[in-house]
Amino acid sequence: MTTAVAPVAPGVLARVRAALDALTDPEIPVVTLAEMGILRDVRPAADDPSLVEVVITPTYSGCPAMAQIANDVRATLQRLGVPARVTTQLAPAWTTDWMSDAAREKLRAYGIAPPGRCGVDGAGTGATASEHVVRLVPRAPEPVACPRCGSTHTREVSRFGSTACKALYQCLDCREPFDHFKPH
Amino acid sequence: MNAVAIDNALVDYLLHLGDNALVLGQRNSQWCGVGPVLEEDLALTNQTLDLIGQARLLYQEAARLQGGDATEDTLAYFRDAPDFRNYVLLELPASLPRVGYAQGDMDWGVTLARNFLYSALMVPLWEALQASAHAPLAAIAAKSLKEARYHLRHASEWVVRLGDGTDVSHARMQAAFDHLMPYTQEFWTDSDLEQAAVEAGVGVHPTQVRDVWRATVEATLQEATLRVPSDVGYVPQGKQGLHSEHLSYLLGEMQCVARAHPGAVW
Repeated sequence: MTTAVAPVAPGVLARVRAALDALTDPEIPVVTLAEMGILRDVRPAADDPSLVEVVITPTYSGCPAMAQIANDVRATLQRLGVPARVTTQLAPAWTTDWMSDAAREKLRAYGIAPPGRCGVDGAGTGATASEHVVRLVPRAPEPVACPRCGSTHTREVSRFGSTACKALYQCLDCREPFDHFKPH
Repeated sequence: MNAVAIDNALVDYLLHLGDNALVLGQRNSQWCGVGPVLEEDLALTNQTLDLIGQARLLYQEAARLQGGDATEDTLAYFRDAPDFRNYVLLELPASLPRVGYAQGDMDWGVTLARNFLYSALMVPLWEALQASAHAPLAAIAAKSLKEARYHLRHASEWVVRLGDGTDVSHARMQAAFDHLMPYTQEFWTDSDLEQAAVEAGVGVHPTQVRDVWRATVEATLQEATLRVPSDVGYVPQGKQGLHSEHLSYLLGEMQCVARAHPGAVW
């Protein structure tokens, strides 16, 4: 016996959204997946309107937290008892420009200097889309403020830090070493 | 070109790009835990994660097009050296020339010279591939481009620092480029897989970005007070599946666990 498939009720979608909004980034537990711009959409699946489709996007191609994030989303949906699937979407490519101001402030309070804006081309490396030859004299980068004392008298220790998305900095005034979320 | 021919061209082309990323990622992962300083250990392992992430995306798409039992894992772990389509440049040990079974210290200059030569190619290539007629490849290109820019900047800074450094670091950096430069000839040679991908509108032949690559190499080596070495000599054919002895050793290490326990999950 078959029964007619009922489309996802708006109330269910709202409930799923509220539950997923509470999920935090496994590496940076003070910000949510939605604030990070990783959680892209919660919608009825196009091919099966009785199914909730949750769309996530990776930050860096090799971010090892993606499997954990997908698992967290699945576990949440299972707890709600909602038939759902998780879809990974690559385009448009994730950029730190999607991070809300509230998320940036939370990062700062947590001790991570938030990313500056990378602008439309999203490069964040001082290169524009039309710029091919690598520049040997770096442009003056946006100053990175120490999350502890606020001084912009800081230096980059290494462009690669504790995770793919962060660089390692040190404050030259209060001497605090800190992570900087790279504009990407 | 009919739909099946386009799919076949795409699979070969995706494997070529994916094999490049995986083989260099595996090679550079050998620095994990033994980098010259902690920051650089982290820098290389971060870049390795990017490369293996790119390889996974490319293999997942190739497996989806191939259908059947193909997965990213079967493509990475259950193909042998002649099936790989990566540039020979990327499989060489991180040292001056040595035989496949030789053990010895890895060379930071060779590692960074190779990363530089490869990422100087991949930045303009990924840029051009954003216009690929195959939307999933265009999406992977847009993501990979951002990462390749970081890699190029990291490598070029080291090329300049070491080239324009002490007499010893200058000599070692020059020796690294003298050794590696001839292998870059393979970027520009013709291959069936690239020809088919270009004809299908899904791929870009590197000759299209050769001038950009050359300008980046010349500008950076000049800044580094290094001589741009001649690139004449043996022309490798990794794209055709003809590899150096080094690839089998590299794959042996990478594939042995998956092959000893096929289908294992944890």
